[in-house]
Amino acid sequence: MSAVADTHAQDHHHGPARGISRWLLTTNHKDIGTMYLIFSFTMFLLGGTMAMVIRAELFQPGLQIVQPEFFNQMTTMHGLIMVFGAVMPAFVGLANWMLPLMIGAPDMALPRMNNWSFWLLPCAFLILVSTLFMEGGAPNFGWTFYAPLSTTYGPPSTTFFIFAIHIMGISSIMGAINVIATILNLRAPGMTLMKMPLFVWTWLITAFLLIAVMPVLAGVVTMMLMDINFGTSFFDASGGGDPVLFQHVFWFFGHPEVYIMILPAFGAVSHIIPAFSRKPLFGYASMVYAVGAIALLSFVVWAHHMFTVGIPITGQLFFMYATMLIAVPTGVKVFNWVATMFRGSLSFEAPMLFSVAFVILFTIGGFSGLMLAIAPADFQYHDTYFVVAHFHYVLVPGAIFGIFASAYFWLPKWTGHMYDETLAKTHFWLSFIGMNLAFFPMHFLGLAGMPRRIPDYALQFADFNMVSSVGAFMFGATQLLFLLIVVKCVKGGKKAAAKPWDGAEGLEWTVPSPAPYHTFATPPEVK
Amino acid sequence: MRVHAQRAGALLGGLMFPAWSMADWTLNMTPGVTGTSNEIFSLHMTILWICVVIGIVVFGVMFWSIFAHRKSQGAKPANFHENTLVEILWTIIPFVILVIMAIPATATLVDMYDTTESEVDIKVTGYQWKWQYEYINEDFGYFSNLATPRAQIDNRQAKGDNYLLEVDNPLVIPVGKKVRFLLTANDVIHSWWVPDFGVKKDAIPGFINETWTRVDKPGIYRGQCTELCGKDHGFMPVVVEAVPEEEYNAWVAEKKEAAERERELTQKDWTMAELMERGEKAYQTACAACHQADGSGAPPAFPALKGSPIVTGDMAAHIDIVVNGVSGTAMQAFGGQLSEVDLAAVITYERNAWGNNTGEMVTPKEIFDYKSQQ
Repeated sequence: MSAVADTHAQDHHHGPARGISRWLLTTNHKDIGTMYLIFSFTMFLLGGTMAMVIRAELFQPGLQIVQPEFFNQMTTMHGLIMVFGAVMPAFVGLANWMLPLMIGAPDMALPRMNNWSFWLLPCAFLILVSTLFMEGGAPNFGWTFYAPLSTTYGPPSTTFFIFAIHIMGISSIMGAINVIATILNLRAPGMTLMKMPLFVWTWLITAFLLIAVMPVLAGVVTMMLMDINFGTSFFDASGGGDPVLFQHVFWFFGHPEVYIMILPAFGAVSHIIPAFSRKPLFGYASMVYAVGAIALLSFVVWAHHMFTVGIPITGQLFFMYATMLIAVPTGVKVFNWVATMFRGSLSFEAPMLFSVAFVILFTIGGFSGLMLAIAPADFQYHDTYFVVAHFHYVLVPGAIFGIFASAYFWLPKWTGHMYDETLAKTHFWLSFIGMNLAFFPMHFLGLAGMPRRIPDYALQFADFNMVSSVGAFMFGATQLLFLLIVVKCVKGGKKAAAKPWDGAEGLEWTVPSPAPYHTFATPPEVK
Repeated sequence: MRVHAQRAGALLGGLMFPAWSMADWTLNMTPGVTGTSNEIFSLHMTILWICVVIGIVVFGVMFWSIFAHRKSQGAKPANFHENTLVEILWTIIPFVILVIMAIPATATLVDMYDTTESEVDIKVTGYQWKWQYEYINEDFGYFSNLATPRAQIDNRQAKGDNYLLEVDNPLVIPVGKKVRFLLTANDVIHSWWVPDFGVKKDAIPGFINETWTRVDKPGIYRGQCTELCGKDHGFMPVVVEAVPEEEYNAWVAEKKEAAERERELTQKDWTMAELMERGEKAYQTACAACHQADGSGAPPAFPALKGSPIVTGDMAAHIDIVVNGVSGTAMQAFGGQLSEVDLAAVITYERNAWGNNTGEMVTPKEIFDYKSQQ
């Protein structure tokens, strides 16, 4: 198969265009994937810088570095940038690079739209970040932007924020359409749905989630836009509106969004763990069904974010039970990964280290999630640092570690060089220690009663906040090391074989490393 | 110079001797002082231990593999995969555990939702950034503001024991009685939380939420607003004093009398100096959070009052804004929040402070007349 791809790459296809037009006008899935990944990492550093400001202010009780107005802008922008700027584009970048290689397709199904959906993103984030320099400052109402704090009481820049969200939404929807079209139409002959690699499966399901919920997000921000600028009262009680309606609509988007940020990582880890265990994934079919079940359940659990708003007890019970149910398919996934490792032949290169940490720490985040699902207990946990600990445990070791694991796993394929394993292991251990130091104490803070989103706190919270800040600084600084490793790997290093990992499986390892500009012009045959 | 030296000293002290002595290393939730909070605590501990046990089993298998099945130790991979029995088991067992967990959780929840047969009813209203408590059967109410001095927050003064968890007027409730809270908000969504009671409920504009508690142990219990409500979200604590019944009744009688005296003050003849003195105090509690103590505001959301055309211009327009607010902005209607005396005092103060020297004053009686005409 690789021979086929080789000859095609060399004879009648063009290489990349020269200069800036290569990047502005490209329709090549590899170029677009690279741009998504670079964009995502830039946003990761920007959002991370804001987290550093937050942790610096929280290092000690009292206000030292920033005032509450600016602190609120930092928490809001940190959340928005990390969710929409760092995590989601990183997975779209991985999808762009890997989906065609994994299913034996020459490119994404809709290459021009692919270009458009990428270039919308920098525009959206330019608008979003520019709000920091506007009169009245950036959005300051949290990434969940609850009305009426974000409507009647929002800063003038809110309208720009809404516009930015609209653009991001359009970009995500187009990306999702592209993924679905590619997976459903461009699979190599013989690759039936139940033979698709798991990363392809999880992305297919993620793309359907995106198409289902991004319009809902667009709807809710449009209602805000009307309330702010055109005199409607969707969320204004004094005009007959309903502030709780906002939360229902927002979380109908927001909860599936959580899975949008984690499912592709599930997929990637399901490749990496078998590869470094040198043993097939324990239950392929049950993994697929589990992801499907999680995705379906994600639509009927949104009100568990709203246990304290006063929904009726029957509603409360329904959402509690439905939420607890998610533990079942999630458990199936974790058991599968562990069973895959059991009696394998394990080695611990950077992708495996990040994947093992992913399984352990994500499971801890899952446990705190189960605790949060118990509605009466949630009355104590809700909107405290316990929640902050919970979602950082699922998102940092979940989404972010999943992305790092994928990056190290596929870097040899992208660059043609092996990355520096020692540096990568250092990156892992510093990230692992920093992350746990930053976020584990937040559980204690929340249980002791510290509310989230406060710039200053009572004295009994001082010690753990200081520990947490130290961990956060450590985690933040470590990420510059990742930049160094990647730059070093792009520039040179040990030549990578077509299949640098002896346990890895899949079509992407049949093309040479680095993957030629055009691959699979003739589809491979899958048996 | 001295201020700077003081600040530097406080900062240095803070850096060298962080609040270690004050703080503690609490790891877990506390059981609290009510039946509800105890039930929540036991649910919390049960689910925590279930998670710990599952964690030990799952991570145990994983760590065993990590240590025993390494390639570097010469481990040869097995090739097993897919086992229907195992897969069914690890689907059903978690499900059963969840059902076992859901039963006590449901019982607690039903209990928490039962707000009937309350003996005391208190309406709690969230404002940016303070709480209002109204004893609806007793016909009086008051505001509860953060009492921590600004100097402590800005590190110019050593922080007190109850830093950020102290208020001027705490909520007072009798012990051993079922107290029902009716929660709403005046501007944005707030959330009223006292961890020791296991009570947290959102206060939402346009809604009235219900919750209840019964405290058996007298004491002072502290909590905070837990829903982001703007700039001073971190600075609106909840303090509840639970007192024995006789003490509570005496307190209620005293409060009712004070409310009556306050109403009588409206009829008194006030001088400019008296109004300015009272106005400054009222301004600090009701207005300074947004418009700042020196009237400079924080534009564009919170305009400056110093030299403002509204404050130095037409008196009627000024009264209208303070009493009725400006809809669609953060300016609240203070007509229902402040007494006639305080409204007159604040307006007089604003018209004459910070070099606004208009020399004009408005009396409580005029405010009373203005409000009755509406």
